[in-house]
Amino acid sequence: MSAQTLLLNWLKPRLAPESLAWLEEKAALLATGAPEKTVSLAFSMALRYSGKAPLALDAAALKAARTEVPGWNPSDWTCDDAARVFLLLSLPPGTASSGIMDRLYQTADVAEAAALQKAVAVLAFPEGHLARAREALRSNIKAVFEAITLRNPYPALNFDNVGWNQMVVKTFFVESPVHEIEGLDRRVNPPLSRMLSDLAEERWAAGRAFSPQLWRCVGPCADSRGLDNLKKALAQGAPAEKRAAVLALQSCPDPQAALILQAEPALAAAAREGTLTWENL
Amino acid sequence: MADAPRTPAPKRKLIDPHIHMVSRTTDDYQAMANAGVVAVIEPAFWTGQPRTEIGTFKDYFSCLVGFERFRASQFGIKHYCTIGLNSKEANNEALAEEVIELLPRFAGKEGVVAIGEIGYDEMTKAEEKFFRVQLELAREMDLPVMIHTPHRNKKAGTSRSMDVCMEHGIPPSKVVIDHNNEETCKEVLDRGFWAAFTIYPKTKMGNKRMVEIAKRYGSERVIVDSSADWGISDALAVPKTADLMLASGLAEAAVHAMCYANALAAYGQSGQMKESDWLDARAIDPKREFEGNSLLRGGGPEAAEDSRIIE
Repeated sequence: MSAQTLLLNWLKPRLAPESLAWLEEKAALLATGAPEKTVSLAFSMALRYSGKAPLALDAAALKAARTEVPGWNPSDWTCDDAARVFLLLSLPPGTASSGIMDRLYQTADVAEAAALQKAVAVLAFPEGHLARAREALRSNIKAVFEAITLRNPYPALNFDNVGWNQMVVKTFFVESPVHEIEGLDRRVNPPLSRMLSDLAEERWAAGRAFSPQLWRCVGPCADSRGLDNLKKALAQGAPAEKRAAVLALQSCPDPQAALILQAEPALAAAAREGTLTWENL
Repeated sequence: MADAPRTPAPKRKLIDPHIHMVSRTTDDYQAMANAGVVAVIEPAFWTGQPRTEIGTFKDYFSCLVGFERFRASQFGIKHYCTIGLNSKEANNEALAEEVIELLPRFAGKEGVVAIGEIGYDEMTKAEEKFFRVQLELAREMDLPVMIHTPHRNKKAGTSRSMDVCMEHGIPPSKVVIDHNNEETCKEVLDRGFWAAFTIYPKTKMGNKRMVEIAKRYGSERVIVDSSADWGISDALAVPKTADLMLASGLAEAAVHAMCYANALAAYGQSGQMKESDWLDARAIDPKREFEGNSLLRGGGPEAAEDSRIIE
């Protein structure tokens, strides 16, 4: 079942029959190369037919989403997101449609911009959406930034380390839930580890708090400064930060890490045995 | 948030249905929220410096439905807008043609409550032409119209604006005539249009005069706004006028009509503005509204109690 079919199936019980008919009619038009004006009007007007209620998908639907597109997690999608992405999926994949989407993005309202970013999770021709997805990382509108960053498989698959690292650090910076980044552990890298060590030091100096998940991306590639910071977090951190430091040190291949862990034998054992995890931090 | 008032938001609710927030600071947003403003309408207008390229119009309209909407949401204020080509810039005909082409791309978006502000500045031929084109767009899109009445030759310009609306078959009930004064409001109200008054220091209308107008003409179809912008203006003009009206003995229901309910009724005809948008905003849309706080870092409603301290 394609992502587009899934979206249609989810919308069916949630929309009035005439709204659904409007949506399918527009999708058919878009599939056959409708003028750009038709696309932009349909994309805007979709909200009037869909409403903006949460889709509120159940576990089976979310599983179907993951099965169709690994990492796709539309748990926070609304009906207008679904309707708009349904329309975008009708456009023939390629540079022409990507260009149309770029221009839609330039004139998008907040909800439209967020839908365009959520869409890249399921759109074909990923290279055609790269610049637009990177642009969302520069947005100060949190809903737009989070639409690309959280619960979306696109960044881990398509961003280079420069883009990825900016995204992860900004997620900490604006205090969005980092653990909802798809592929977070897969994409750790030494420059990211160093940038996050810098951020931790900045926050310590300013007396400001930060998410203990920060250590999750420091640990696997920690250099000597990273290890020093982990040692400090372990010694001086609040309980959640202590536990995070233990998990981070556990993930670090440097033998120095195991030595530092000796300071907290009980927590270290919990981490080894899997009773302490990033999920139950 | 240097000196923003820190009093808890009053129970009353106010709407400022004409204010150019792109020119205002977060201090203004905070003070408005504290004073009870729950929703604003930002009409597309000129921005002081004449524009010379179509791209600057595109980005301006995008800002009205994008970043400005987000900025307002951080203070719990619902931000709506109107889309249109203003009369001053209608006089650059070549550019105006391009803007007219661009308008349908925005006019159908969420939260666009009218075509406006449109009308006359000098009453030139070009202004007339693009005024009429946009009235047709409003009719096609079934949207209300917000009319900017001219500063010079106001009385004639106001009458003419209403005549032209009627010629295009736009019912008066869907047209707000803005920037009225003592000389224009009787005709506007007699002809069945909404009459908006802009409380703008030293130029359009003062709030004491507004009280007298309300006493004389009543509150039916009367709307108060600030039109606060990049000039010397007051983002709290609506709350201050509401206060003065109550202190002057006007009935609470009348003040509620002029400073809240009439604007909602007039622009609510767009289908894009409902009271539930702000009454249930947290419940309906917790993700999109209220949550984003990148501008609030180091400031905003949760800032330090002691205003001398910057955390």
